Amino acid sequence: MTVIDEKTTQAPSGVIGQRLLRKEDPILLTGEAVFTNDMKVPGALYMAVLRSPYAHAKILSVDTSAAASIPGVAAVYSGADLTDLWTAPMPCAWPVTEDMKNPAHYPIASDTVHYVGDGVAVVLAETDAIAHDAIEAIDVQYEALEAVTDLEDALSDRVVLHEELGTNSSYTWPLLIEEEEGQVQRAFDNAAFSVNERYVQQRLIPMAMEPRAVVAVPQPFGGDMTLYTSTQIPHVLKVMIAVTLGFPEHQLRVVAPAVGGGFGAKLNVYAEELLCLALAQKHGGPVRWNETRSENTMATTQGRGQIQDIELAADTDGKLTAIRVRLIADMGGYLQLLTPGVPILGAFLYGGVYDLPKAYDFSCTGVFTTMTPTDAYRGAGRPEATYAIERAMDALAREVGIDPLELRRRNFIATEKYPYEAFTGLVYDSGDHDKAASIATEMVDYAALREKQVTQNVDGSTKRLGVGVSTYFEMCGLAPSRVLSSLNYSAGGWEAATVRILPTSKVQVVTGTSPHGQGHETAWSMIVADKLGIDPADVDVLHSDTAIAPLGMDTYGSRSLPVGGVAIGMACDQVIEKAKQIAAHQMEASADDLEFAGGVFTVAGSPDKEMPLAAVAFEAFTAHDLPDGLEPNLEAQVTYDPPNFSWPFGTHICVVEVDTETGDVEVLKYVAVDDCGVQVNPLIVEGQVHGGVIQGLAQALFEEATYDSHGNLQTSTMTEYLVPGSGDVPPITLGHSVTPSPTNALGVKGVGEAGTIGSAPAVINAVVDALTGLGVTNVPMPASPLNVWNAMQSAQSNTSSNGGQQ
Amino acid sequence: MSSRLRETPGATFNHQHHEQMGASVEITVTINGTQHTHDVEPRTLLVQYIREHVGLTGTNIGCDTSSCGACSIHMNGEAVKSCTILAVQADGQDITTIEGMASDDGTLHPMQQAFMENHGLQCGYCTPGMVMAASSLVNDNPNLTEEDVRLGLEGNLCRCTGYHNIVKSVLAAASAD
Repeated sequence: MTVIDEKTTQAPSGVIGQRLLRKEDPILLTGEAVFTNDMKVPGALYMAVLRSPYAHAKILSVDTSAAASIPGVAAVYSGADLTDLWTAPMPCAWPVTEDMKNPAHYPIASDTVHYVGDGVAVVLAETDAIAHDAIEAIDVQYEALEAVTDLEDALSDRVVLHEELGTNSSYTWPLLIEEEEGQVQRAFDNAAFSVNERYVQQRLIPMAMEPRAVVAVPQPFGGDMTLYTSTQIPHVLKVMIAVTLGFPEHQLRVVAPAVGGGFGAKLNVYAEELLCLALAQKHGGPVRWNETRSENTMATTQGRGQIQDIELAADTDGKLTAIRVRLIADMGGYLQLLTPGVPILGAFLYGGVYDLPKAYDFSCTGVFTTMTPTDAYRGAGRPEATYAIERAMDALAREVGIDPLELRRRNFIATEKYPYEAFTGLVYDSGDHDKAASIATEMVDYAALREKQVTQNVDGSTKRLGVGVSTYFEMCGLAPSRVLSSLNYSAGGWEAATVRILPTSKVQVVTGTSPHGQGHETAWSMIVADKLGIDPADVDVLHSDTAIAPLGMDTYGSRSLPVGGVAIGMACDQVIEKAKQIAAHQMEASADDLEFAGGVFTVAGSPDKEMPLAAVAFEAFTAHDLPDGLEPNLEAQVTYDPPNFSWPFGTHICVVEVDTETGDVEVLKYVAVDDCGVQVNPLIVEGQVHGGVIQGLAQALFEEATYDSHGNLQTSTMTEYLVPGSGDVPPITLGHSVTPSPTNALGVKGVGEAGTIGSAPAVINAVVDALTGLGVTNVPMPASPLNVWNAMQSAQSNTSSNGGQQ
Repeated sequence: MSSRLRETPGATFNHQHHEQMGASVEITVTINGTQHTHDVEPRTLLVQYIREHVGLTGTNIGCDTSSCGACSIHMNGEAVKSCTILAVQADGQDITTIEGMASDDGTLHPMQQAFMENHGLQCGYCTPGMVMAASSLVNDNPNLTEEDVRLGLEGNLCRCTGYHNIVKSVLAAASAD
């Protein structure tokens, strides 16, 4: 067992695996870092967006005259004033089915609004304050239409939101996998045990601490345009802007300056980015916009939003024989970049880490509602899937009458079966679920907790102990391009890297990943330092600027290390190979006899001959005496398309005490055992797991974007939307195992989403476990005191006729 | 109090005065040891003054309801959220921002150093506010427990770290003092 909460791990001899402090930190700790809204841009006009107060309405008129007369206002535009600027609607890159319905969505509404926050007019002014004053002076007349916020109500088409589509159903995506026709139904017909559960994934507001910001700087005579934006995806954005606005891609530079968190919500093509760019072009000068938090809650994509019906069939031992899943996924008012694909990404994980036969019946229907569009949020489809299967496994354990961990052990994919072809046809690269579970159970002393429950959760006890387990796969390293193609995704999943040794032997790495808190500068430096035998401080990582790093697919889906990091390792290998040719030439030896270690080339059998990489770099630069046919300089560029997803896995155990008088949940202990393969920097790995766990725990206990029946967001500020503070959450105890990925040379898997994927089901399983003795079988997320109390009340009223249901 | 100045030339924005917002008021504020005098609209928040008039952008804005604490600074030695104070209320006051925490020779403040050593930051957006709030917390009570830190920093939100390493950082800085 390895506990890595404290600095107990032994650093291996190489650089990989060391707990190096981050090179990103000094500028972030001193205020020197420049976030987009920190940029000083002389002459920039400030844009403010007037947003619809109605969830669904026709725009009858927009009177901009009063706003335009305010001193300092440069221009005021309604949506109708700007229709000429758009050559195509905003992009959705994931048309999941051939017949998917996708309403035309422009950066600003000119006819009908479809959620509270939809833009209807913009102001350009000399200062941010004047711009905000001026939007208050715009007079818009609306004809209010009916809002639809309930997913099943929306599916009934009682009120159709996009008339031109004729329905609120965007698509239905089925995935039926059977060895023999009718196998799923037969499995349910013949099941010794089965469960049929409904779970609701509440809508979440991602709440990256930095709201979005955009600065568009044109070069009116030269024709170039630079777009600075708080985004996870400068490269994808550049392509999408070229497609959407018809802007010549070669004249467009997109830069993501310091970015204050993303969590999937900055993985998009946003209206404000297109507005700033188009208006900067129109006005021939810089245009900037910064989002207020109250705008952010409604104008930035939200996450989750699903109704999940899941059925499990099992044999007499509790071994799974079939799974059936029906999802209704909330698209919101429009489809954003990846909106329809998010629940589909989860389709492959409803089997959990279990040895499920090919008996799987999945279907997802995406539905439009009059709420903010949904899109990726940390985990994107996979936390939802893991939540459903892990909650359902607990329900099945109750049916079978065995411990939930024992049920899981009976169903784990055995380690010797790896690499394992799953029911979906995807190949899981590696796993040792029993080991991860054993480490976690030992860390919490699982057996002792179960004994304690017997004595603590007695009749009349008001403090009930609950233990919740979840075991999971992360499915990351997005993604093999051919797999993405089979899912109708519009782009590839490769990543690019350049490694360049400068004449004085310092190293530049150019990466297509675009970090926003993950520590890529440190981790990528470590990979290079390990490969080249140099000091990580001598490596500079260049990123997030399409003029410097022209090729890339950016950062999301725990892809950066298993795709981008692996590409860097491959580029290092190519640089070493070229350097070897030069060193061999210089030392008059055969390249085959050269060895490279610790940054020095040596010749086998000639201990007096050696040449450091630094000397080779200078030779490559002067090019005075290179082998015939070899180009000067030491540089290699690699574009790597991963052969497979990577499959980190783990076990989380949450221990709670529930106060039955108040419904309050106190987390007593949280243990996360994550196996992400080789850890490049355990310090960073731990940070990712900590943050991920708390984000999932926040969904389980605190957060929910709530709308009233008129489609008004009731949690539009941080006072109503409960992002937990330090006093609300527990410390986290980490353990780990290391099962290297066999599919890449570094053995890495990725870690960004693991914590979030594993934690929500562990927490809710613990809460339900605490209350099982009171007849509670489900507690909705968030398990707020009110929701817990209501769950207890309804359980009580189910068991006695005089229950206290309010 | 450190007097480190990181003002860049030309950083001060040239705001035009607009009559409908009321007459501007002249204020003089000492920030990181340097006196600044500007005319400001009475409605200007202190955080806007620091960022837009003085040009010190290390102090971040994360919300508009005084919930997140990203804009925490020290006023007369105490941590305050600079979005809850009007610039005119800071007239004559002594302010330290994150830019004033490290020494002139580049040595980080012990709290900054502790955040670095304990991986107490990821994206870094909440970090200036966290460092300011935490250093004030330690000044007020050098014998902090973990619970003191968790409760003491409740007004500062972080979305990346889950607070685990922030708490560890603050406890490390407290014990190093």
